[in-house]
Amino acid sequence: MQTTSDEVLIARIAGGDRLAMQVLFARHHVRVYRFVLRLVRNEATAEDLISDVFLDVWRQAGKFEGRSAVSTWMLSIARFKALSALRRRPEQELDDETAEQIEDQSDDPEVALAKKDKAAVLRQALSKLSAEHREIVDLVYYHEKSVEEVAGIVGIPEATVKTRMFYARKKLSELLKEQGIDRGWP
Amino acid sequence: MNTTNNETHSDIEDLLPWHATGTLSRRDAQRVEEALAGDPELARRFAMVREELGETILLNETLGAPSAHAMEKLFAKIDAEPARKPAVSLNLGSRVAEFFASLSPRTLAWSASAAAVAILLQAGLIAGIVIKEKSAGGYETASAPSSDPGVGAFTIIRFAPQASSDDITKFLEANKLQVAAGPMSGGLYKVRVSMTGLPKADLARIVKKLQEDKVVGFIATTD
Repeated sequence: MQTTSDEVLIARIAGGDRLAMQVLFARHHVRVYRFVLRLVRNEATAEDLISDVFLDVWRQAGKFEGRSAVSTWMLSIARFKALSALRRRPEQELDDETAEQIEDQSDDPEVALAKKDKAAVLRQALSKLSAEHREIVDLVYYHEKSVEEVAGIVGIPEATVKTRMFYARKKLSELLKEQGIDRGWP
Repeated sequence: MNTTNNETHSDIEDLLPWHATGTLSRRDAQRVEEALAGDPELARRFAMVREELGETILLNETLGAPSAHAMEKLFAKIDAEPARKPAVSLNLGSRVAEFFASLSPRTLAWSASAAAVAILLQAGLIAGIVIKEKSAGGYETASAPSSDPGVGAFTIIRFAPQASSDDITKFLEANKLQVAAGPMSGGLYKVRVSMTGLPKADLARIVKKLQEDKVVGFIATTD
């Protein structure tokens, strides 16, 4: 079965085709939502933001030049929206989030290990990374973006993409070590 | 080369996450494969990367999905938008696809007949160029020439209807291109741009440059 490419859908959206918009939304909204949710950490905010992201796609479809994949373009828009929302977030909400992280980290390593297997501890560590590190890990591992695509989405040089990913993984190892798992690296 | 003896992280080690997701260029992937084969410590670190990859996917997949209201909200916003003006700056590929999609069957039939004649004329013209190319040794690069039509990096090109034989010859020569196959359906030609495989980004850059030439009616990357 042949499916309509994202590029053709964007061309149709530029011409005002609502059905094409529905197809594009159905195809990508879950991944865009998850990308935003991992950044803003609030389901209601993430849900509001994805309609804003796709509204921008509707408005800007005529300007899309195909220099990147449609999914990469949409993640760039999503990132901008998420960061803008984070800047608007009340300080109280941020304090609550910080408090949650402090409580999590105070777990006794042995207790944590007894409660969870290594994979679960790793997922917990992934959740504790800074927004900057979470973002790059998700873009590379979950959204399967190349070095060049990540550079385009985040707006940093390709060399910085590699370095940032390295430090995100290094931080991950440190968080695991705090929970009693020594990976022997770095 | 021992990549893991250095205190600082190595170039190869930096590439491991992208190697795990298969998003490296063929050349870089090969470099990583070679390094992994000769360096057990690097291989151990690659296993860690794969573990991180698996858990990141699992973590994201457990995040759930937005409610059905998300689409309702979106279309409510779209309905509130001012009437859409005609799009003017779509990329060429999309414009071509949309042009054919927008034609009525009758118009399309007439256009197809006219296009078929033009394509036949151009096919003869390009066949002449290919024969000349082969008798002159072709437009092959000095390094590692290959007679295998499947080896290298390729694009699909439809030449502009108004392009003359001379225009196309000059275009192929100037850009060191080789017609590998065609004409195919729609007057398309498979054109080799490099005798070796290229990273997607490099091929995209070449396509973008070639697209600016007036001889090119339509161009896209292909395997």
